[in-house]
Amino acid sequence: MRTIIKRIFKSGFINFWRNGVVSIASILVMTVTLFVIGSLVLAAAFLSASLTEVQSKVDISVSFKVDASLEEIKALQRDLMVLPEVKEVALSTREEELTLFRERHKDNNLLLQSLDEVGNPFGARLNIKAVNPTQYESIATFLTNQDSDSAAIIDQVSFKKDVVDKLLAITNSLRRVGLAVSIVLIITSILVMFNTTSLAIYIAREEISVMRLVGAETSYVRGPFMVEAIISGLIASLVAMLLLYPAVLWVRNATLGVYGGINLLSYYLSNFFYLFLMLLTAGVTLGAVASFLAIRKYMKV
Amino acid sequence: MIYFDKVSKVYPGDVVALADLSFAIEPGEFVSVVGHSGSGKTTLIKMILAEDVPSMGQVFFESSDIHKLNHKELPKLRRRIGSVFQDFRLLPNKTVYENIAFTMEAAGRTDEEIASDVPHVLELVGLGNKLWSFPRELSGGERQRVAIARAIVNQPDLLIADEPTGNLDPLNANDIIQIFKKINDIGTTVLLATHDKGIIDSLGRRVLTLENGRLIRDNKQGRYVL
Repeated sequence: MRTIIKRIFKSGFINFWRNGVVSIASILVMTVTLFVIGSLVLAAAFLSASLTEVQSKVDISVSFKVDASLEEIKALQRDLMVLPEVKEVALSTREEELTLFRERHKDNNLLLQSLDEVGNPFGARLNIKAVNPTQYESIATFLTNQDSDSAAIIDQVSFKKDVVDKLLAITNSLRRVGLAVSIVLIITSILVMFNTTSLAIYIAREEISVMRLVGAETSYVRGPFMVEAIISGLIASLVAMLLLYPAVLWVRNATLGVYGGINLLSYYLSNFFYLFLMLLTAGVTLGAVASFLAIRKYMKV
Repeated sequence: MIYFDKVSKVYPGDVVALADLSFAIEPGEFVSVVGHSGSGKTTLIKMILAEDVPSMGQVFFESSDIHKLNHKELPKLRRRIGSVFQDFRLLPNKTVYENIAFTMEAAGRTDEEIASDVPHVLELVGLGNKLWSFPRELSGGERQRVAIARAIVNQPDLLIADEPTGNLDPLNANDIIQIFKKINDIGTTVLLATHDKGIIDSLGRRVLTLENGRLIRDNKQGRYVL
């Protein structure tokens, strides 16, 4: 058994080397397939991180009346923190609000002067972030249904329901479209790869029948071809991985100004091993399955 | 050893390659099959190797019906048959050495046996200096010798040769026939398909004559008559 496996591998390696052009062609096609798969995985990660980033910008802002005491506000903050839907509640005191306003309008002297005359007109503010954007509505309901104590100190609950709904609709359809496009692209490239493999084996069909006629068993004929395909898959996954690097660099530079989202480059680097392992598995499995199926056709002799 | 029982082969388009063919070959015989091109010689050989299936009738190797063997038994049968094809059918991406070694590997022989037998059998067919050549680097006659070396290296019980001398000059052709005779002398059954009159007449062995897929003559010490 060990001798058989050793011979299959040896002959697979030799065939791979001697079939030069055919081997290079199948590596190229396999590389394209794996590159498509790899970039779709990265695109999915990029999209999902960007969407999360956009969603995290959405929050509920509760502004309090000017005379609301800090204790009352902190009590409400504690109540909110207990809710399972709430991710974080940030308190901004009256003074902080004023500083923030001054900072924002530091070039407008007239505004600042009039502000000095009226004193601090701002109430404190709570900024609430939900675990999931679908939960903003229930948090808003919680706030408006407060008992009279809290309701008395709340000036306004601002929650842009239509914006959140629109955002949710967009992200959901983006995810769906992305998935559909990915599936189509992956299936197409896999079909192209299968086609190339069956062409390569079509070239060797005479050889396969001769091997059968001199009494070689099915596995002994098939083995070296599968080893060849596996080697192609191995090399292709490495090449695809290297080709993804400049692609990732380009995308990062192109989106740098637009997005404060994830840094695709560091994502690629930190997931390098995982991504490589995935492409390697895909390449080796696809190669082996494709050649297995392609040879079957010529095994009838 | 080989027994054809009312074997017919009809290819699509009603082309009759073999018609109601019955004969037996005993162990140790040297049988020649003669006939014009298209008389059914190659189809007859394909039936024995199970490369093709008969439309009607059965072909037996010893007691087993060749066309009822499963995919595990068939390779075992084929290893007992050495075949030399008209078009050589060498593996183009393997060297002469590897072509012959492949047959031995397929038969489960050890690396040591392969290392000692391959050069020996190539020496026997006069190609001791071409071990590492590829088939494309050899002449027709040399390829034919490689094919013969491959056919005999596993010491088969039956040697089948389809026009083995078709591409050789008379001197080489005679060498090849001498090799076949030697193989037959050590007990191997030989089935030779040819239309070389000189060879048949010099052999003076049993001759089956085919015409349009029918067996029209079976002479014990035949001559080439058509």
